[in-house]
Amino acid sequence: MSIDDTDKRDPEKLIDPDRRKALGCLSAWTGAAVVWTVVGGVPRALGTTHAGSLATASKNALTFVQISDTHIGFHKEANPDVVGSLRHAIADIHSLAQSPAFVVHTGDVSHLSKPEEFGQAKEILAELHVDRVHTVPGEHDAIDDGVNGYLKFFDHDGKGRSWYSFDQSGVHFIGLNNVLDFKKGTLAALGDEQLAWLKSDLARVSRSTPIVVLAHIPMWTVYAPWGWGTADSAAAMSLLRPFGSVTVLNGHIHQVLQKVEGHVALHTAMSLAYPLPTPGQAGIGEPGPLKVPAGELGKLLGTRQLSVVRGRQALALIDTPLDR
Amino acid sequence: MIRAKSCSSTRPSMIGSLIAVIVGSAIGTPAVLAAAAPSTPTVDITKFAFTPTEITVAPGSRILWVNHDEVPHTVTGDDKHLASRGMDTDDRYEHVFAEEGDYTYHCAVHPFMIGVVHVRKD
Repeated sequence: MSIDDTDKRDPEKLIDPDRRKALGCLSAWTGAAVVWTVVGGVPRALGTTHAGSLATASKNALTFVQISDTHIGFHKEANPDVVGSLRHAIADIHSLAQSPAFVVHTGDVSHLSKPEEFGQAKEILAELHVDRVHTVPGEHDAIDDGVNGYLKFFDHDGKGRSWYSFDQSGVHFIGLNNVLDFKKGTLAALGDEQLAWLKSDLARVSRSTPIVVLAHIPMWTVYAPWGWGTADSAAAMSLLRPFGSVTVLNGHIHQVLQKVEGHVALHTAMSLAYPLPTPGQAGIGEPGPLKVPAGELGKLLGTRQLSVVRGRQALALIDTPLDR
Repeated sequence: MIRAKSCSSTRPSMIGSLIAVIVGSAIGTPAVLAAAAPSTPTVDITKFAFTPTEITVAPGSRILWVNHDEVPHTVTGDDKHLASRGMDTDDRYEHVFAEEGDYTYHCAVHPFMIGVVHVRKD
């Protein structure tokens, strides 16, 4: 199954039965990774490495993989083997027909920001057969000493800060830190310093250049009572909105959700550690790890909500039903 | 605002079961400090909330926080006087409040979690 870049049909109709079945297989959430490709300047999700039959990327397309929320150091009942889950994902990435150019990790690399957790994560990520891995910090990577501990292992441009940008195959990538700057009782934020940097960074990018933003916490308010949002995301969006194609990749909520605002498409990713409840899920009350019966872990998150977003489309949200 | 007399974040195994522990004083002379007594007011960190959210104690009182969640939390004072490290499941943090005042705090990992300690003579 392939998703043609020139297909102008309603996104819902892009889900043919085979794809719907494949999306259902995304319930095998643990050890899965999202594969992205950029064709014609528009990033698109091809599926997951657990889907069995990924869409094939066009020749010469830039392909990269997103993983998130590995929580190395977590060892409780919800998933006592997060290292195994990460290695499972790595094996799946290695089995891809088209090798990705690189891997992005959208935060919560560690669980408790311990040096040994960062170290172990870095060692395992080095097993990936890719040129590099780009990470952004999650709030679990910023405990005790801000992001200083994280930066000892993941300072991507050597500048001692947790935000950066780079260009690859005509796409401008931006990594942000939206887990530290906050006022008590509110959502975390990017902060003025980082927003100023973002403004200056974007000033040198042409409006037609596709932009991919990496940030841990969703860049829109998914559920404020659980901190699932970024306080000053509107300021960031105002900087990004003029560009023709913007894709924001987030983690944090351990499930796939999407939102599209004009030319800006926002996606959260699944975790490689443990499932979390749906936003504000009744009967749960807090965003803690969900425990499932033995044998169910690999198929809990049957509801994978992957969307195929094409440029300049006002809204392209795909809600994928559970497949039990 | 407050001059902390003691402030520590410890794992349960380090605390012992309410048994006095011997520690070195600043001048190297061994001193005996009692671990949290059974009557020590306790704030439970459960389901991403401090319970009770508000607590009132007399000056000189010790308060104990215990994290019962499976995710890390912190007890971080808005004025930086409360400053636990990341507390994993069952980790504890205690603080002695020497002076009167209202001490607001939050979790640095989940800033929507907030609490306050009122220290009053009566």
